[in-house]
Amino acid sequence: MVMSGLTARQVLAWLQAVKDPEIPVISIQDLGVLQAVEITNEQIVVKIIPTYSGCPAMYVIQDEIRQTLAEHGQHEVDIQLLNTPAWNTDMITARGRAAMKLYGIAPPISASDQVIQCPQCGSEKTTCISQFGSTACKALYRCESCLEPFDYFKCHA
Amino acid sequence: MNQDLYQFALRLADTSLTMGQRLAEWCGHGPYLEEDVALTNVSLDLIGHAQMFYQLACDNSETSTSPDDLAFLRDVPEYRNPLITELPRGDFAYTTLKQYFIDVYHLHLYQQLSVSSDEQLAALAQKALMEVKYHLSRSEAWCQRLSLSTEEAHEKMQKALDDLWFYTPELFETDESMQRLMTASVIPDMGAIQTVWQQQTEQLLEDCQLAKPENGWMATGGLVGEHTEHLGYMLADMQFLQRAYPGCEW
Ligand SMILES: [Zn+2]
Repeated sequence: MVMSGLTARQVLAWLQAVKDPEIPVISIQDLGVLQAVEITNEQIVVKIIPTYSGCPAMYVIQDEIRQTLAEHGQHEVDIQLLNTPAWNTDMITARGRAAMKLYGIAPPISASDQVIQCPQCGSEKTTCISQFGSTACKALYRCESCLEPFDYFKCHA
Repeated sequence: MNQDLYQFALRLADTSLTMGQRLAEWCGHGPYLEEDVALTNVSLDLIGHAQMFYQLACDNSETSTSPDDLAFLRDVPEYRNPLITELPRGDFAYTTLKQYFIDVYHLHLYQQLSVSSDEQLAALAQKALMEVKYHLSRSEAWCQRLSLSTEEAHEKMQKALDDLWFYTPELFETDESMQRLMTASVIPDMGAIQTVWQQQTEQLLEDCQLAKPENGWMATGGLVGEHTEHLGYMLADMQFLQRAYPGCEW
């Protein structure tokens, strides 16, 4: 049984505490992974979608959803991993993008003709070092102004 | 129909898993650090695709099974991947050209599967397609970079082509089970996929100044579980833990 009066809004607020384990400043909601919360008489249904197919963070995210809800006394939780919609970087919220940039990761650009700004100094003179980076979602760039290398969260759409 | 879809899902999953496993062997052996990371990133995506398609197989299976059981507890004759994906990884030119051939194959196949009459298959293909496009941009760039650089690199690419070319027609083979799926619009006409695949790859070979080998012997056997000796060694390596410690989790 789920406690009476519990709302999806309340559960979503609790789940703000669940971050992407690889970018611990952005919540799974701002990342676009958390799609919906539904409350039935028996349980809390949490619907999520995977980012990259092989992303190992998905397992950690499911564990953390359970743990967070357990901390609020909620143990009847059904986590559903949906096949649709297919996740893409346009699902990342403005708040998520801002948090990412502060953390030192250049957020994904939406159109291919935009330039990728250095998250350190804001310079637009940047070069791709590798299309692949430390995790599936990132590419490696270098700033030609401040000379710092940085992670770029790849555009995926 | 379920049994046909089960078999086809295995074809997709086994292809991605064997590709992913071979790429994973490059971990720590890439030509330089960034490329090492790229090879294993692509490997991870492919293993992710395998897992999705094994789940599709499970959902269409007559008996209760799991993606892990399908990957780790089936033996060589039950694997349905084409022979090309089980071949030893070879040198970097060989790995690169093989990756390019498979990326183009996946691009066109998943594009068509994303409008499959089976909704689950369509959704999974659409998801995999997004990642395959990214893989292709890398493998294509590397083919050009290697072929048009030093004489030695060009020679290695030509050698890879001379060997791999005869394994590519098998990618488009069908059996009765697949033909039933084609009739039901669950999967596309593989002959049409082969046509676009050939146009695209032959253009690249020309741009790379690589000479397409004369037609000759053609590989076959994956669809009926007849594999090269290489798959046995790969499975022995990959399945060891589950065979030695059944049900082991970590
Ligand atoms: Zn900078």
